[in-house]
Amino acid sequence: MTNIRTNVTALLVAAALAAGMAGCASNTTGPAATGNQPSGTITIFAAASLKATFTQLAQDFESKNPGTKVNLSFAGSADLATQITQGAPADVFASADNKNMAKLADAKLVVGTAKNFATNVLEIAVPPSNPASISSFADLSKPGVKVVVCASQVPCGAATETIEKASGTTLSPVSEESSVSDVLGKVVSQEADAGLVYVTDIKGAGNKVKGIPFPESGKAVNTYPIATVGTSKNTELARAFIAMVTGSEGQKVLSDAGFGPS
Amino acid sequence: MNRTCASGYHGIPRWIYVIATVGGLLVVLPLLAMLVRVNWSQFLPLITSESSLDALGLSLRTSAASTLLCIVLGVPLALVLARGEFPAQRLLRSFVLLPLVLPPVVGGIALLYTFGRQGLLGKSLEVAGIQIAFSTTAVVLAQTFVALPFLVVSLEGALRTAGSKYEAVAATLGARPTTVLRRVTVPLVLPGLASGAVLSFARSLGEFGATLTFAGSLQGVTRTLPLEIYLQRETDADAAVALSLVLVAVAVAVVGLSYGRRVSVEVQP
Repeated sequence: MTNIRTNVTALLVAAALAAGMAGCASNTTGPAATGNQPSGTITIFAAASLKATFTQLAQDFESKNPGTKVNLSFAGSADLATQITQGAPADVFASADNKNMAKLADAKLVVGTAKNFATNVLEIAVPPSNPASISSFADLSKPGVKVVVCASQVPCGAATETIEKASGTTLSPVSEESSVSDVLGKVVSQEADAGLVYVTDIKGAGNKVKGIPFPESGKAVNTYPIATVGTSKNTELARAFIAMVTGSEGQKVLSDAGFGPS
Repeated sequence: MNRTCASGYHGIPRWIYVIATVGGLLVVLPLLAMLVRVNWSQFLPLITSESSLDALGLSLRTSAASTLLCIVLGVPLALVLARGEFPAQRLLRSFVLLPLVLPPVVGGIALLYTFGRQGLLGKSLEVAGIQIAFSTTAVVLAQTFVALPFLVVSLEGALRTAGSKYEAVAATLGARPTTVLRRVTVPLVLPGLASGAVLSFARSLGEFGATLTFAGSLQGVTRTLPLEIYLQRETDADAAVALSLVLVAVAVAVVGLSYGRRVSVEVQP
């Protein structure tokens, strides 16, 4: 019994040494000479609006760093922050607003300080035929126009409220949805004449909706912060992933999807 | 043998009780966990805020309306299914019961493509000046869609249990079918109808997915209590928990009422 256990331990030590050596060997020839090659698995909790970009970035990260595995979980930032404070096993948190990152920081669950990596602004989404002939933010308050927005409790709704106040245009929406995807859905199904969603949502929806930018959107810019979660068991890999997102490669993927620079 | 026949068989193996306890806890424990999290000092202000009262009022009004609609449409459906004889009867029953097992969001999508602005009937309705999207009518439709099977199942069961002896006697005495229905059938199955209506009301009260997909969410118009809870959860966990407790209390009262009735129905014969 003891014999077998010693043998197993010896084997594991040997394997670990071999892996370490292999890592060193590849590093000397590889482009990145930052010490140990990152390996293992990390879980990224990211805001729902990052689904397309982070899925691509995770794939790129895995193929660049063989032996690593990136798990992704997308949901509303508030939901994700709640899940992490309740003990969900996340290594990286990418939020769609500073408020939910602050929640995590208050709970001492952020390593160092969060880095801003992208911004997003609102845009008017209309059905391709633009049935209500919307061309400006003020047009949304015309009588008879069915406008759908986010409720003020969620980030996109807070941004809508800020723009309403700043521009002096008061909307009377037919529905205040609890997520930006529900707003987009109402426009795609043509139930609504217009909806206020993020620029990136309109880009992601392709030709199912038409986007109408408006200058007042600059009054409410959403900033996306990213950070390593305090309970992470692989902070090294988490840091490597964050470096990729904030680096030139990540920034290109994000700007291609419509995100602004932070 | 004799003893078991007289008093019923009670020899349930002990391990069954252990598993049954786990099963019971699975349902009760989350409710208790929620009860523990209620912020009692703020409970009353939280559930009496303007948006909460609007949501509760809207939920009660729409659920009452959809229960009424369930009775109007469900009683004939149950009669046809229990007493009628026609081809496709079993097929009709399967379709009527479908919303019981369908995810509500699927029901919402189906309703959208029926009554939405671009939907099957929606286009004609819009021409006639009737707009259902984003209105309280949409909420009632969504609730009726998911709650109707509860009434039909309860009533059809009651009709089958009651049998058609009394109705046959009434008919031989010269009563017309409508008179038989009004004077014999309906009074006979009234307890079953009541329990079906109560269940429909409870299901309407809890409706979420179909409403969110089909009706939208606007305070006082389409934002029912479950939608309000879902929204409050984003920012104010205390308010969400407090409102959830209100919904649980109403549901417990409703189910308790219905269960009490059903037992008394089974005892009668």
